[in-house]
Amino acid sequence: MSGHTGAFAEPTPVPDATARAMRRRAALEEALLPPLVALAVILVAGDLLILAYGEAPGAVWRLLAEGTWGNAYGIGQVLYKATTLTCTGLAVAFALRAGLFNIGAEGQLAAGGFGAALAGLALPAGTPSLVAIVICVGAAALCGGAVGAVPGVLRARFGAHEVIVTIMMNFIVLALLNYVVAAKLHVPETLHTPTIRAGAVPRLASSIEAFHGSAASWTIVIVAAAVIGVAWYLFRTRAGFELRAVGLQPAAAEYGGVNVPRAWRNALMLSGAIAGLGGVNYVLGYKGYYEDGFAGGAGFLGIAVALVGRNHPLGVVIAALFFATLSQGGLAINAMVPKQMVDVLQGIVILAVAAAVPEVRRLVRQAARR
Amino acid sequence: MTLLLFLAQTIRIAVPYLFAAAGGALAERAGIVSLSLEGYMLGGAFGAAIGAYYGESAWIGVMAGVAVGFVLAGMHAVGTIRFKADQIVTGIAINLFAVGITRFLLQLAFDSSSNSPRVVGFGADNVGGALALASNPLVWVGVVVMPALAFVVYRTTFGLRVRAVGEHPDAAASVGVPVNRVRYAAVLGSGMLAALGGAYLALDQHQFTDSMTAGRGFIALAAVIFGRWDPARAGLACLLFAGAETLQIRLQAAQLVPSQFVAMIPYVLTIVAVAGVVGRSVPPSALGRTSE
Repeated sequence: MSGHTGAFAEPTPVPDATARAMRRRAALEEALLPPLVALAVILVAGDLLILAYGEAPGAVWRLLAEGTWGNAYGIGQVLYKATTLTCTGLAVAFALRAGLFNIGAEGQLAAGGFGAALAGLALPAGTPSLVAIVICVGAAALCGGAVGAVPGVLRARFGAHEVIVTIMMNFIVLALLNYVVAAKLHVPETLHTPTIRAGAVPRLASSIEAFHGSAASWTIVIVAAAVIGVAWYLFRTRAGFELRAVGLQPAAAEYGGVNVPRAWRNALMLSGAIAGLGGVNYVLGYKGYYEDGFAGGAGFLGIAVALVGRNHPLGVVIAALFFATLSQGGLAINAMVPKQMVDVLQGIVILAVAAAVPEVRRLVRQAARR
Repeated sequence: MTLLLFLAQTIRIAVPYLFAAAGGALAERAGIVSLSLEGYMLGGAFGAAIGAYYGESAWIGVMAGVAVGFVLAGMHAVGTIRFKADQIVTGIAINLFAVGITRFLLQLAFDSSSNSPRVVGFGADNVGGALALASNPLVWVGVVVMPALAFVVYRTTFGLRVRAVGEHPDAAASVGVPVNRVRYAAVLGSGMLAALGGAYLALDQHQFTDSMTAGRGFIALAAVIFGRWDPARAGLACLLFAGAETLQIRLQAAQLVPSQFVAMIPYVLTIVAVAGVVGRSVPPSALGRTSE
């Protein structure tokens, strides 16, 4: 929207090279701004919280760095958390590219994990590992996609607002899964299913000894493939082009021959599938069973990941690593400052990035006009 | 007698919904999305526990809870109105922030990760059931909050302005309505109202426990949407949802329907309402848009 008004305000033709350089600079600013804001806010707000608790900020930050990127175990834990967050962040970003807000990643993630566990339980124990993993991963995407299809279809058919439907779906899906696990499928005295018979993905530690004890597994490869797949779909296929066109200007896209309701439906369905994929990280790669409540807010944090990652697949990966570092860092500093500090910081970061990005963009536009 | 008990329990469950839904209806009628009701409630509950503990009075608790709601809503208002941040993202950030800050301060104040010490509440401890309910002034406020809001929204100048900035902010601005100021007032009011619901919870249970609002803010939001953004209908939706919960508790022994399915009722009804299967639920036309 803003780009068009700028073009009309300047009737004198800008030389091609200069225009390209300006565009590149704008794109760079756009990409770098959110992480910089996030980092600055964390440092300032974190210092205040640490001081409020009567500790020295420098020592706490050092502990956080050492406990996350300072040793192989810490790195493994960060990678594990980032793997799930990449999926939920990518899911939110994907839907946002179509102009839709998917707040349902939490329920879709849980459904995906449940689907993977169900497939792993149903398969015979001797299934070749590769076949079993493919089936389980497919089941995760299918279940997440099924949950995403509900707001997708309701949006396409009835114009029901996807924000409301996805929020409500979270509660419905989590209650339903809670019922199924608690009433039908749990191991006595627990709220998790029996361990899957096939489809387990080996931990990183099984090939790289240094990661011993950390939860990270080769599901990282599955998720990395999903990131590349999503980038390819969005930027190199006709369907992806149509999806982005619908997100930027639904009316113009429709005029250009795009079936807008179908694009909405597909976007939310695929978004759900991507979020569901995240469930394999816990179920196939870590525990080997579905446990009630394993999503634990990773779906909601996906919104923050998409926001900081500017809805770009690569940005999402970086943002996921950022939030995973913060989350693991909270555990690392718990001896000095309550780990709840990072919950506070997450909220502040999202607020600051959401507020600062439009504001700074406005200031930049103002400065450019002068 | 059974009917009376049923009613008393329904009202007891409905009061926090009524407060939060009143807040949600107010802010959304002014065009600001209220995903943050849950956060306001949690903040209000925490503030109430802190106030009641240190002030040794339930009324000080109520005031502290409302103050926390005011601050959280202020963050939402400044973010969405002044900085034009995305209202949905901001709302979710407020919720995450509320969970985090209450946990952090719980640790800081009481050295606990789960709950506060016991605090005073309203009414005498030795009376039970409907009598205890009637001796709680917040219950009476909760019962009249929706009719009062309906009066404000439909019968006062402020209410007219709220509806105007929620439907056609540009038209409102063109006749001299201070759009942003009305929105600030509505959002701050919504934060204080929802926080009252949280304060009621904490004082009713005589303590704050981690994440004690447990999704009640979203049920209140569902009531607002199911009630088509109309205070009276939203109030009835709160009573309906609370009644279903009461029925569930009463029938728990009979095990007729699993509790999880009863818990789904508000959410399923809301989806049905927005999908327009029976009487389409249409939001204020400027909801979610901050005018330039």
